[in-house]
Amino acid sequence: MSNEQENRTTGKVSGIIANLVIVQADGPFAQNEICYIIHNGVWLMAEVIKAQGGLAYVQVFESTRGLKPGSPVEFTGHMLEVSLGPGLLSRNYDGLLNDLDTMTGIFLKRGEYTATLNTKKKWDFTPIANPGDRVTAGDWLGEVDENSIAHRIMVPFKMEGSYTVESVSEAGQYFPDEPIARLRDENNEQFVVTMVQRWPVKKAIKAYRNKPRPFKLLETGVRIIDTLNPIVEGGTGFIPGPFGSGKTVMQQAISKQAEADIVVMAACGERANEVVELFKEFPELEDPWTGRKLMERTTIIANTSNMPVAAREASVYSAMTIAEYYRSMGHKVLMLADSTSRWAQALREMSNRMEELPGPDAFPMDLPAIVSNFYARAGYVVLNNGKTGSITFIGTVSPAGGNLKEPVTEATKKATRCFYALSQQRADSKRYPAIDPIDSYSKYLEYPELQKTLAETISPEWIGHVNRLKNIMIRGKEAAEQINILGDDSVSVDYHLTFWKSEIVDAVLLQQDAFDSIDARTPLQRQRYMVDLLLEIIDAPLSFDGFEEVQPFYKRIIDKLRQMNYSQFESEEFLAFRAELKEMVAERTGVEV
Amino acid sequence: METKALQRIYTKIGQITKATCTLKATDVGYEELALVDGRPAQVVKIVGDNVTLQVFSGTEGIRTNAEVVFAGKPPTLKVGDELAGRFFNAFGDPIDGGPKIEGEEREIGGPSVNPVRRQQPSELIATGIAGIDLNNTLVTGQKIPFFADPDQPFNQVMAMVALRAEADKIILGGMGLTNDDYLFFKDIFENAGALHRIISFVNTTEDPPVERLLVPDMALTAAEYFAVDKKEKVLVLLTDMTLYADALSIVSNRMDQIPSKDSMPGSLYSDLARLYEKAVQFGDGGSITIIAVTTLSGGDITHAIPDNTGYITEGQLFLRRDTEIGKVIIDPFRSLSRLKQLVIGKKTRADHPQVMNAAIRLYADAANARTKLENGFDLTEYDKRTLDFAKEYSDKLLAIDVNIDTVEMLDTAWALFARYFSPEEVAVKKEFVEKYWK
Repeated sequence: MSNEQENRTTGKVSGIIANLVIVQADGPFAQNEICYIIHNGVWLMAEVIKAQGGLAYVQVFESTRGLKPGSPVEFTGHMLEVSLGPGLLSRNYDGLLNDLDTMTGIFLKRGEYTATLNTKKKWDFTPIANPGDRVTAGDWLGEVDENSIAHRIMVPFKMEGSYTVESVSEAGQYFPDEPIARLRDENNEQFVVTMVQRWPVKKAIKAYRNKPRPFKLLETGVRIIDTLNPIVEGGTGFIPGPFGSGKTVMQQAISKQAEADIVVMAACGERANEVVELFKEFPELEDPWTGRKLMERTTIIANTSNMPVAAREASVYSAMTIAEYYRSMGHKVLMLADSTSRWAQALREMSNRMEELPGPDAFPMDLPAIVSNFYARAGYVVLNNGKTGSITFIGTVSPAGGNLKEPVTEATKKATRCFYALSQQRADSKRYPAIDPIDSYSKYLEYPELQKTLAETISPEWIGHVNRLKNIMIRGKEAAEQINILGDDSVSVDYHLTFWKSEIVDAVLLQQDAFDSIDARTPLQRQRYMVDLLLEIIDAPLSFDGFEEVQPFYKRIIDKLRQMNYSQFESEEFLAFRAELKEMVAERTGVEV
Repeated sequence: METKALQRIYTKIGQITKATCTLKATDVGYEELALVDGRPAQVVKIVGDNVTLQVFSGTEGIRTNAEVVFAGKPPTLKVGDELAGRFFNAFGDPIDGGPKIEGEEREIGGPSVNPVRRQQPSELIATGIAGIDLNNTLVTGQKIPFFADPDQPFNQVMAMVALRAEADKIILGGMGLTNDDYLFFKDIFENAGALHRIISFVNTTEDPPVERLLVPDMALTAAEYFAVDKKEKVLVLLTDMTLYADALSIVSNRMDQIPSKDSMPGSLYSDLARLYEKAVQFGDGGSITIIAVTTLSGGDITHAIPDNTGYITEGQLFLRRDTEIGKVIIDPFRSLSRLKQLVIGKKTRADHPQVMNAAIRLYADAANARTKLENGFDLTEYDKRTLDFAKEYSDKLLAIDVNIDTVEMLDTAWALFARYFSPEEVAVKKEFVEKYWK
């Protein structure tokens, strides 16, 4: 991989079309190799995306304004690599993992690259491996305390084959680039390991034993996900939706509330102000699981929509690499990418400039393959030492014109197991989160492994309840259609009851106020309580004399249930609303709920 | 555009298309400006020593031996306080008969703000229009377009918002503006006595369409000067971005690029985002707020231009004629201000978010009732109340001719709730019902 300094390939710029630059190379170079174009003393990073007869077609990660033919180019001999080590958490990076906080000035200067890791900070190291241990890539040699999260120092992923540990530094304070272990290979060659290693982002890190099917629910506190369409540790899901349907609010809620050790957020080609919101809020907000600040478990990778397009593509790969790095330490990682459509559009722009024959909607032909390979990097894994780790990956998709038949949505649908379709209609009537209860699905509900854990951890009836709720929603929709076609008084009262039962589920369980401090996050325990209560009310044998009575009654029920959602769980207020409900139902039926 | 000494002059053009010409030239920088037979042009492609220039006003009548002079720099704007009160064309040259600006020369379309140097927008922009202030509150540093059909009074509403917004500078970027609209803006700013804080860059329908591509960058470069150097609150008005995007598609088409949806270039999202993302709130008080206009074709927001815009901007304001009351309203369903959460209930009264949502929910019920009515069904007593509510809500709060403060808007909403509904039907938090129900 690493060529020696003296025989590196160089070249000269011979053509410029926006951020696609054609380089006449004087030696060999690799597809995806990184090179630098030197323009007036500023080094502009670029990646080879096509080779043709001594010409390298490179995509530049910066603006190419003013660039002239003849400018010198230096190839680096490696693909796009990032540094991995302690200190990745709590940082704000650009798509190439330049630390945004250490950059100078208000504006992003072209060619300014900053270090990913702070090498001036010492870390508290504790050894794990012992001299004489046999190790392979990804095995844990020691650990440091990174924001109270055990950051394992591993045998670098690039090291192939097995090694014998010769020595590990004793417990103490070390700089990230100081040697902390010495390994010897079968040919008796010695290798020095520090806390920092480098990895090419476009390659998956596979330092694990196997990748079993996921089986554990990952709690998000969002009821329509946890109860009806659960995501699992190591699962994949995506949120497509037209603009204004609440994709970003949804993702931010998940990132704040999910039961994860580490959260990696890639803001990929999205609005800068939304990223600023994360920058400002995450250092303040508490992780509901540990009580520590959210930022302590989070890394934010921001390639906002006005930052260079080529770096947008890199940003999702950089984020996934960080996620894989922490998964190899045995952590539960949640990765979010908003929005993968922007990444696909970056691919389209380049494909277009290279005059490739286009696929549907001018996207490159291999888009589905690229998307599915990327999602496949997520998953629940058993590490070589028997410990487990996971990457749960949820991406958003911004379908052009809100049309779910467009190429990016279709490609992503094939690659993921949870589908959270945001509906314009629900968003228009302010039914948030606007996840369509009927179109959306979680394939994991069909996994016997998950069914078993749900029965054990929530209740044996849980799966049955979930399926009933889904059924109530479908039947409610059908009833609403019938009422709309035939008219209120031409259908039997039962239609109205069926419809209003689905309205209870919708208003109380599915709709959730992401901006209310209590309602925003519903722990699983509370979700179970509310599901039980809703089903009891739904099952109560209510009688009405005419359809006119149905709506006012259910509106009152819904109002009380919503007030419960806004109250502290099992507080006096909460129980008072519960008691009122009991009376209201008893009045109609004589049945106690 | 001025020319300077020591310029390289070429007189042999190899290829001429409708919008571009290609010639052999050396030492030319990407995006550099040039004059082709005296017409402004810009380098859009370099392959070997073949340089392709996009000629802004088109290539009609250009001879193969026409003189091509390279300027040695990308497009620039001279910035200074003297910009205030002036009118310029797309190249930054005065069109009001006044003197040229002497100031620091800056490249237009400069780099992006480092996201960690941004502040979270938090300052409310009051417009007096309840359809905006109550339902879709604007905040400094926000970017938001009006989505409107060409026959709607978007320029009037935009001018009204601009004048009420208490901005230090208002910068108008007019693209494909009719001469009448240009004069409308000029008059309304003049009559309001606001001309001294207005700067206009205007490309009218009489000018070549491709020139429009420079207008937003000119306006935003001026905006950055006032927001960064002078720490001022700057409001940028861009009208009409649909015509800007049309110009992009003309250029991309003439450069033989493969079109994506609706004949738009595949880079439309990035091209628009590059402009809109100039909206920013700085820590020292300076800010750039962008209010734009995207005209629609028959209200279709799935077209590539409004669609990409919607994904970039922080919401949209949707104008619609309400035939019930015969007025133009801000449509509460299709409109959205994504940044309103930062101010409503915080900078405004605490009941604001809940009142806003409840009113819209009831308005949605009215829409359902109307559908029933149109399908010939009987209405329930509740349906009838929602219809009456909707009519009054539309007239007193959604119409664009409303001009009241937020407290009055909220009180009006509560009064309407009490007139037509019971507290259960409105379903807002109990503490607010107890405090405000009349």
